[in-house]
Amino acid sequence: MLIRRSLGERIFDVANAAGMLLFSFVTIYPLLYVVFASFSDPSRIIQNRGALFYPLGFTLDAYEMVFKNPNILGAFANTLFYVIVGTLLNILLTALGAYALSRRKLMLKNPIMFLIVFTMFFEGGLIPLYLLVQNLSLLDTRWSLIIPTAVSAFNLIIMRTAFQGVPYDLEESAKIDGANDWSVLFRIVLPLSMPVIAVMILFYGVSHWNSWFLATVFLQTRELYPLQLILREILISNDTSSMSVGIASGDQMQIGETIKYATIIVSTAPILFLYPFLQRYFVKGVMIGAVKE
Amino acid sequence: MSDRWFVRLARDIRINRHVYIMLLPIVIYYVVFHYGPMYGLQIAFKDYSPARGFLGSSWAGFKHFEEFFGSMFFLRILGNTLLLSLYSLLFFFPAGIILALLLNELRSERLRRAVQTISYMPHFVSLVVIVGILFDFLARDGLINQLIASLGIEPIPFMRAAEWFRTIYVGSDIWQNVGWSSIIYLAAISNVNPSLYEAARMDGAGRLKQIWYVTLPGIMPTVTIMLILFIGKFMTVGFEKIILMYNPVIYETADVIQTYVYRKGILEANFSYSAAVGLFNAAISFLLLVLANTVAKRLGETKLW
Repeated sequence: MLIRRSLGERIFDVANAAGMLLFSFVTIYPLLYVVFASFSDPSRIIQNRGALFYPLGFTLDAYEMVFKNPNILGAFANTLFYVIVGTLLNILLTALGAYALSRRKLMLKNPIMFLIVFTMFFEGGLIPLYLLVQNLSLLDTRWSLIIPTAVSAFNLIIMRTAFQGVPYDLEESAKIDGANDWSVLFRIVLPLSMPVIAVMILFYGVSHWNSWFLATVFLQTRELYPLQLILREILISNDTSSMSVGIASGDQMQIGETIKYATIIVSTAPILFLYPFLQRYFVKGVMIGAVKE
Repeated sequence: MSDRWFVRLARDIRINRHVYIMLLPIVIYYVVFHYGPMYGLQIAFKDYSPARGFLGSSWAGFKHFEEFFGSMFFLRILGNTLLLSLYSLLFFFPAGIILALLLNELRSERLRRAVQTISYMPHFVSLVVIVGILFDFLARDGLINQLIASLGIEPIPFMRAAEWFRTIYVGSDIWQNVGWSSIIYLAAISNVNPSLYEAARMDGAGRLKQIWYVTLPGIMPTVTIMLILFIGKFMTVGFEKIILMYNPVIYETADVIQTYVYRKGILEANFSYSAAVGLFNAAISFLLLVLANTVAKRLGETKLW
């Protein structure tokens, strides 16, 4: 298109581009700071004043301490368990429910859908949930972090909308060939819905990985703690005692500073590495959810 | 429901038995873990004792509600909850729309993609890490105080200053989630009919006028829906983040209904009282949602139901 841009428009374009670059910098800088600081020499970080644009010195000591620390490794393993088992259960239940609720003719479809959507707007709340988990003898077990969050209504709606988009003829002809609903789901609908499954794995997986609140409510035994709770002790309660295993007390003060940053990176990197690959899927996923909502 | 209805249902279940079997797990899940707690809310009207359970505990009427309404905390935490949500509505909510509009105006597709990728990133970082970074940057000798010290300003104890709490809370929320909240508006913008822009250009509308008269009206239905949903969450605020951020020194501005419920119920095991406070909160939330939806309907805008 050959449309001359006026001077005003060109100024707008340049200012907008500059503004967006500044916005990106402000967004990413805190994370970059943490990366730089985690590789830095602890004594120089303590003396440093002001912003950081590259690591001060270079050392992997902080990471070594993190990977040698039994508390962090144990919590890391726990988190992996919660993420893997939790997400598998999430995906299985959500897929079954979404398939059933995406059927065209099902007498109880609308009442059940209402039952589920209603919970998005009215909840019994924390205390009754806590007492319920207690009454089910799930308190202070690994399952308390997996079963009470088995399905998210929001994700269910996204997946159901995606399933509704699978061409009906495919299912119909499979049924004529004698396939039942299980094989329609696992052989036709699921393979055609891999993008939305990827989004669901990301959404559910990240929420398990980042979850900490239910763990403080439901867990007492330290051996069951997920990584985020240990992180909370180190970052927020400033309790580095779980870190001090095997450090002489003089160095402890200094390296404590960079260990904080290394722990953040170790606990955040897995998600941030994964996410650019899934980005094009999740944008689509959010939109599917949006259309229906 | 007549006998006929049950006969039809029985037939439906027989024909679709596999589908109903698939449905069973999530129906059980929702009944137990969502409707179970709603049933358990009856303890708000009882004196719950763990030994006697939900049913065995004796009725207490509105005692716990009266105690809450009469307590010195009531007005403070209600006010804090409403104010914090109001600030989010005023600053966080428009931020996502503005970001989407500005991203859409970027001429370079590559720049736009890069900015988007970066802006979604903090959304996936855990709250514990976000608040940990806040504590680190805003500490007395942290990065921000180092920077303002070079301007000759006295260090500010940000995380222990009640008057700073709301700014830090909403500001960091914008930093973490503005990119994520823009996705939905970008999707709405891409659905605006391109011929409308052409017509506007013919009429001599510049870029800003096109945004104002074409893009914004085009995404209004989405904005309305998001606004209704936002109002539905008005009373919940981000209490998990607050629990990570606050300490008794700043309860004056930071303590909200949900954090109070957590302290009273989970930390002090005051189950019936905190369930009553929680029920009050949930009821107000629900009323706000219904109200927002009704207003949207009256104004002829898009509605949730």
